[in-house]
Amino acid sequence: MSLTATDAPIGDDVDLTEKTVEVAGRSLWQITWGRLRRDRTAMLCVWIMGFFIVLAIFAPLINHLVGVDPYTPDSSAISDNAGQPYGPWAGASRQHPLGVEWGTGRDIFAQLVNGLRISLLIAFAATVAAVAIGTVVGIISGYLGGRTDAFIGRIIDVMLSFPSILLLLALIPVLDDRFSQIGLEGNAARVLAIILVLAVFGWPYLARIVRGQVLSLREREFVESAVAMGSSTTRILFKEILPNLWAPLLVYATNLLPGYIAAEAGLSFFGIGILPPETTFGSMLGNSLSYFLLEPSYLFIPGTVLAILVVAINLLGDSVRDALDPRAGRN
Amino acid sequence: MTTQTASDDAVLRLTNVRKYFPVKSQGLVNKVVGQVQAVDGLSFSVAPGETLGLVGESGCGKSTAGRTMLRLLDPTDGTIELNGRDITKMSRRELVPLRREAQMIFQDPYNSLNPRHTVGSIISAPFQVQGITPPGGIKSEVQRLMERVGLNPEHYNRYPNEFSGGQRQRIGVARAIALQPKLVVCDEPVSALDVSIQAQVVNLLEDLQQEFGMAYVFIAHDLSVVRHISDRVAVMYLGKVMELADRDVLYSKPLHPYTHALMSAVPIPDPGSSARRERILLTGDLPSPINPPSGCVFRTRCFKAQEQCSVEVPLIREIKVGHYLACHFPEDRAVFGEATEVIHGAGPSEGELSTTGELEDDATHAAEGSQNFIHDEVHEGRNYRPF
Ligand SMILES: Nc1ncnc2c1ncn2[C@@H]1O[C@H](COP(=O)(O)OP(=O)(O)OP(=O)(O)O)[C@@H](O)[C@H]1O
Ligand code: SF4
Ligand SMILES: [Mg+2]
Repeated sequence: MSLTATDAPIGDDVDLTEKTVEVAGRSLWQITWGRLRRDRTAMLCVWIMGFFIVLAIFAPLINHLVGVDPYTPDSSAISDNAGQPYGPWAGASRQHPLGVEWGTGRDIFAQLVNGLRISLLIAFAATVAAVAIGTVVGIISGYLGGRTDAFIGRIIDVMLSFPSILLLLALIPVLDDRFSQIGLEGNAARVLAIILVLAVFGWPYLARIVRGQVLSLREREFVESAVAMGSSTTRILFKEILPNLWAPLLVYATNLLPGYIAAEAGLSFFGIGILPPETTFGSMLGNSLSYFLLEPSYLFIPGTVLAILVVAINLLGDSVRDALDPRAGRN
Repeated sequence: MTTQTASDDAVLRLTNVRKYFPVKSQGLVNKVVGQVQAVDGLSFSVAPGETLGLVGESGCGKSTAGRTMLRLLDPTDGTIELNGRDITKMSRRELVPLRREAQMIFQDPYNSLNPRHTVGSIISAPFQVQGITPPGGIKSEVQRLMERVGLNPEHYNRYPNEFSGGQRQRIGVARAIALQPKLVVCDEPVSALDVSIQAQVVNLLEDLQQEFGMAYVFIAHDLSVVRHISDRVAVMYLGKVMELADRDVLYSKPLHPYTHALMSAVPIPDPGSSARRERILLTGDLPSPINPPSGCVFRTRCFKAQEQCSVEVPLIREIKVGHYLACHFPEDRAVFGEATEVIHGAGPSEGELSTTGELEDDATHAAEGSQNFIHDEVHEGRNYRPF
């Protein structure tokens, strides 16, 4: 028997202990965060995003501290007849840091901060909803397979082949109508309608990604081991498989989020988004159309903020994907 | 020696178990165009505390057999009994309480542990799933298990990627024995490991068997490892058992041409010994399990194949006590040295392995006792030609 030469006492291949000390107890998140920390672009984007999120969360407080609000017209800041703001940069002044709106004299800074709050709320809510729906549908489709999978697959095909922008335009007024029948009116109904419609068009692609991942995960032996110890399907789906999906879900969510911010801006620009007196980036850009040749800051300010936000989240998404990728160089 | 193959206290008994995978055509309509006959009529039983080795070439259906006997796959046909209870048709829910009696250790230590769970939660899972709280709590029991299999209990909160292959396999072992099962199916538990570490894991499995008295079905293609750990060994080819016998008998005097060929390729343990050996090389490829050869599945590569082999399926039968064989023309040579010498010159060391006379007695005995075994149709005297 040739095994005798290596009949060493049990536990002798454990000279790894020293090597493992430095990585002791590091979960996926700690490793990913460690890599992100070393990525300068990513850290800049994290700061930018953090800044905008804080701004959005504390919007009413900030407006209060600055002494402005997005709704009250200030006739003293605009000329009586043409409604043109006094002074350059839309009449930027101590009272109105970024100037006032042409014609009404409403504060631009207040509108921006308030609009940011609404935009981020819609985008985050729609992202969470789309990711949740896509994940559940994808997991079920991939794990159960068979007819369920084929059925869900067809639905996804149909959803993906719709021209979604047209449907968005058509669906929002319809949903508005439905909501008003159950007593939900105004911007509450509108915001809900936008979230729903965005989420409905966001989940199918994710579901397809998740399904593919689940198809390969369910063949892994740890799933078989879970079956062998008697785990329920629910436990296998949500305790064994789901934790292995966080990486693709995070990557997809960081792609979806900036897309939704832009989509909401688009809807509001065309006037089927948020309703007045509320304003978001889109409606501010829409409102500026008549004046921006005379006063470029109407286009420039919301446009820049929107662009910075969307680009920062996109770049962060790329960095997150790189940091999560096990094939990326380890350092 | 464990020969109680047919005794009623078997931990596991398989009766004519088949597992076919449908082969589907690729296209709009998935029509079933054939069957992969991965496991085709397995019959054997495993006694408490014994180790049954299961060997065979890659793709012969060892893993499928291992998974089917634990109902991780549903058998196409046959009966599976676990501790005397028929589990063949039980639903997944009915199986849950029985799961603690039979566990599995997997081949790939990188695939068999969930990378997102800590070692602690991996080894605690059996307790949680089965709703068992050991005295002293799950955590202390898990740490005790970790220590028992040679892991540092302080590494409770670490993730699998921080461990070496051997350590990971120990985690898998701890998880499998956590609920003290009666049977553990080990599917090539060491073939993914370095040779030096293989021995440690094999020794650990042996120690645990002595301590807890569980039975092993030990699947491997490494014949030396199987020889080291097994009490009995079954040789599989293309989904069927070709030969099953006590380890020493099978390794020194295999009766099946296939076993003989396999054994002749095993390195001689003591190169200085004078044992002469004829090396039998298997030519040709393994036939497809979708379309296995008629008659004896081994005939396309068998150096003894004759007309009869392509016509008539050699049924497996007990040729002497505890020695099962599926071949029309059994071997009459021993692996080492002159066959006749070994068989007829039964010295004291060979006592157990019988002379020709005893062999015939045993064969008769086997025919009587074989109704306990699966294939009752023993073609007595017709197929079997003793030397
Ligand atoms: N899920 C499946 N669907 C279709 N065919 C399968 C499936 N699983 C296994 N097979 C086929 O069944 C046969 C036996 O496979 P199995 O994995 O049991 O062999 P094995 O003896 O364990 O081989 P190895 O030593 O490589 O692990 C192979 O031909 C394989 O292709
Ligand atoms: S039955 Fe014939 S072909 Fe099959 S192993 Fe025996 S001799 Fe060879
Ligand atoms: Mg295998």
